[in-house]
Amino acid sequence: MIRVLLPAHLRNLAGTGNEVQLTLEGPATLRAVLDVLESTYPMLRGTIRDHVTQERRPFLRFFACSEDISHDSADAPLPEAVVSGKEPLLIIGAIAGGCR
Amino acid sequence: MSKVRVLVGTRKGAFVLTADGKRQKWEVSGPFFGGFELYHVKGSPIDPDRLYASQCSGWHGQLMQRSDDGGKTWTPMDNKFVYDGVPGTHQWYDGTQRPWEFKRVWHLEPSLTELDTIYAGVEDAAMFRSTDGGASWQELPGLRGHGSGPKWQPGAGGMCLHTIVQDPENASRMYVAISAAGAFRTTDAGQTWTPINKGLMSKYIPDPTAEVGHCVHRIAMHRSRPNVLFMQKHWDVMRTDNAGDSWERISGNLPTDFGFVIDVHAHEPETVYVVPIKSDGEHYPLDGKLRVYRSRTGGNEWEELTKGLPQSDCYVNVLREAMAIDSLDSCGVYFGTTGGQVYCSPDAGDSWSPIVRDLPAVLSVEVQTLP
Repeated sequence: MIRVLLPAHLRNLAGTGNEVQLTLEGPATLRAVLDVLESTYPMLRGTIRDHVTQERRPFLRFFACSEDISHDSADAPLPEAVVSGKEPLLIIGAIAGGCR
Repeated sequence: MSKVRVLVGTRKGAFVLTADGKRQKWEVSGPFFGGFELYHVKGSPIDPDRLYASQCSGWHGQLMQRSDDGGKTWTPMDNKFVYDGVPGTHQWYDGTQRPWEFKRVWHLEPSLTELDTIYAGVEDAAMFRSTDGGASWQELPGLRGHGSGPKWQPGAGGMCLHTIVQDPENASRMYVAISAAGAFRTTDAGQTWTPINKGLMSKYIPDPTAEVGHCVHRIAMHRSRPNVLFMQKHWDVMRTDNAGDSWERISGNLPTDFGFVIDVHAHEPETVYVVPIKSDGEHYPLDGKLRVYRSRTGGNEWEELTKGLPQSDCYVNVLREAMAIDSLDSCGVYFGTTGGQVYCSPDAGDSWSPIVRDLPAVLSVEVQTLP
């Protein structure tokens, strides 16, 4: 079981609490987590990564065990503490913008 | 008694304003989708409780929402807008070519005849259609594939398709407007398109009378006369009496003919409204006075309407989607400002009062006249 913390806007969109819990089959990678997340909550498609390219949206970041893994390969194994559910995978909106 | 429902899109959410036919006491609900930019919220003319909203943000991109109960509850819909085939290129600000790239939905236009059909105008400019109530979207590629695409370029707000006008007498005929490409017409339900910009004069482009490249800000039509269109261009207010085959300038005595909005009275096809803005470099009213101008002669002769509007120290803008007209017997006119005010005139523009004063910057205003 993997725990994922979503930014507030996506929690509202998906109608979830602070944290969602996902069960993966196969290797626990960032891509696998996002695949299951989007399958479970289809309204999140396109809001975290691009529909077509599957690239991370520029103003979002992924953190695991206090490390920024945004630029790691999406197919790299997640840390064991995330895989075991001891630590959450964080999807964080950048503290950016404010021009409007 | 009839009532009205005003749908307001702002920089930080959507709001629904309702009143009875007197339009004096208003109920305000929202914000819906707080924190998001709501470029447009619009209802179906077939089922007025069917609403669509375009919701976007820099963090999460484009989202689409639909309500089937007049805005009380909303459901996320498909937000996947993928251009048909190889996107091609358009002109960038510096004259170089740049690939088409989807950014957001500017305008939503529910069909006049099919409940589950809705059109979307997007940036980078293209037209999409859903025939399943927003569950999926497909591009109508004939517009972007017209052949003039490499000459289209973004205006200051982006290269957006912001206006879709349907012919109520012929479901196959539609008009669209793109900043900065110009106006286009289809007579085969969006399969093929013709530029309709003859008569437009834009001094800010290399060929001022080019077939495409004009920064059209808005087009409006009266339901009873689908061959007559009114246009607020970047500069110049224009009209056509032949479905866009040729345009003539009707700015007449306007103090400035730069602006964004234009609309037509519900019952008087020759009565037109604009909100003049000082200039393209100064997006606020002339002399700090917020004035609507009305022509009862289809243009050229304009009267200023000021009763109830601020006449000093007012430096807001009125953006292209932010004017609407209801169809009550005493026609109501509405507009929203970048200062967060939404004004209503229940007497066709003679007098105005704010429904709300302190919303986020208003991006769009639509109104529904309900039984």
